[in-house]
Amino acid sequence: MSDSEIAVRAVGLVRDFGDVRAVDGINLEIRPGEIYGFLGPNGAGKSTVVRMLTTLLAPTRGQAWVRGMNVVERPGDVRLAIGVALQEAGLDARMTGREVLVTQGRLFGLSGAEIRRRISELSNIIDIGAIDRLVGTYSGGMARRLDLAAALMHNPKVLFLDEPTTGLDPSGRMRVWEEVRRLNRDMGMTLFLTTQYLEEADSLADRVGIINVGRLVAEGAPSALKRSIGTDVVSAHVDGDTDAACDALRDIEGVSAVDRFDQEIRVSTANGSAVLSPVALALDRVGVTVTELALRTPTLDDVFLDVTGTRLDAHPERASS
Amino acid sequence: MTAAPEHSGPVGVAGNTAGTGDMIVARPAGFWRDIGSIAIRSIRQLPRDVEFIGPALLIPLFFLVVNVGSLQDIADFTSIEIDYKAFQLPVAIVFAVTGVTRAFALVLNIQEGYFDRLMLTPVSRRALLLGHMAADFVLVIALTIPVIALGFIIGVRFPTGPLGVLVFVLLAAFWGVAYTGIPYSIALKTGNPGAVNSSFLIFFPFAFLTTAYLPREAMTGWLGQIAQYNPVTYLLGGLRSLFVGWQWTELSKALLAILGLAIFSQMLAFRALAGRVRQK
Repeated sequence: MSDSEIAVRAVGLVRDFGDVRAVDGINLEIRPGEIYGFLGPNGAGKSTVVRMLTTLLAPTRGQAWVRGMNVVERPGDVRLAIGVALQEAGLDARMTGREVLVTQGRLFGLSGAEIRRRISELSNIIDIGAIDRLVGTYSGGMARRLDLAAALMHNPKVLFLDEPTTGLDPSGRMRVWEEVRRLNRDMGMTLFLTTQYLEEADSLADRVGIINVGRLVAEGAPSALKRSIGTDVVSAHVDGDTDAACDALRDIEGVSAVDRFDQEIRVSTANGSAVLSPVALALDRVGVTVTELALRTPTLDDVFLDVTGTRLDAHPERASS
Repeated sequence: MTAAPEHSGPVGVAGNTAGTGDMIVARPAGFWRDIGSIAIRSIRQLPRDVEFIGPALLIPLFFLVVNVGSLQDIADFTSIEIDYKAFQLPVAIVFAVTGVTRAFALVLNIQEGYFDRLMLTPVSRRALLLGHMAADFVLVIALTIPVIALGFIIGVRFPTGPLGVLVFVLLAAFWGVAYTGIPYSIALKTGNPGAVNSSFLIFFPFAFLTTAYLPREAMTGWLGQIAQYNPVTYLLGGLRSLFVGWQWTELSKALLAILGLAIFSQMLAFRALAGRVRQK
């Protein structure tokens, strides 16, 4: 595929802030019409990558292109092709929703008639009844949806959404998910979506890139990533000597991997039902108390644990990445 | 790395979210339309900023009434060739138009993230500043009107007629816009509303170490020396000349003072803008 046929491409993207390396050699290749989920904990470097791909931040090293246009050499052209909703809704509290959208449309060269049409078309996202109210009176969810509508005013080819559902209630989250699917299905829009929610990446993304400490540690379709660590997972929460328990579990026939996270032991296997009893017996033999034992299919969190040695939801820092 | 926006043509997507198949094409709006869009947006917000505009209007009215009331009798012993009310009206006007800018709105936009949203559009970066300054021009003209109206009420008259009033307003407005470069440079450099709020303090020495209360001939010592180098002295001189007649020398000096301030402050502002919009 040539550069112009790739929606987003990054090669060796590095970004330093002083002595801190926030992004460390990211390579990406996202096809047109793809929903790409960028999954990682807070502080992993997701937002920094987005800011570089959307022309707000220059890479320290490496290069990136959007639809074949270099983000540093042709930022103006890149901006015409992309829509962006950053992590914090970038809105002016002293403007009305309509003024935000009109200003956005005018700056993208849309005529008055085009702006009116787009506002009407975007009414499924925004709360049309509140469109003439000041943004400062909006709830968090309303502001996020207005921000998304502003990003869509000019019908971008590639849409970057930086944690679009963080802070939304479940119904607001579902509305955003549905809109993301619809934009991709009906418009063929390419979406680059960062998230810290496993289910969001799993549910929406055609492919997922897992980022940790500035590095891309795994990439692939969610189903393929989950398959890579086994068909089934036996999860046991235990009290007692987990090291001895892990050693005992590794000896069981059919077990492909044993991982431990605090008091949870995770056994990856191709046949969960066949190893469930041996696992229970082995744990009993080493004298640990089993508080919970479950057989389930792997999740992206298991993938994250597998590649980083830590759980995605174990990262305490909630600051912007 | 500096990254001026470069556009090679429109970029669009066939269809829309409703899927009608029509073409919406994103394209650069053009420099003047960009300025207009930013200015209109900024002007629309003016009535919502009463807490900001209110004091900016009350302070000059207060100064005019208090200064005239308290100093008029003393002024009779000086060499002021015009009525002291007319002598004080330019001072009130200068207070009305100096430091009253949309820089505070801009710095809030930086804090709220809306500035980033603007940066993600193909808008001309210079238009981001010039659009706000265009709104400032409208604002300062609006602020001069009640002050001049009060001047008329207390008996000030322009022998230069309506044209003199117009020149009076325009000189004040150009001065006001020229000064805006300083608060804008602080806003863009710091992104801190507190710093922008304090920027008016920079004007205080200029406002008082000048001919605000007495003509220069009546000033002695260091104050007279400083006033000689203070551009506000020449601005006041030009404005006051309109109460005498068409004194082209005084008007030219006022224009030069405005020009000098504009070059200095706008250079600071556009340099700060370049730093703020650069992909760092």
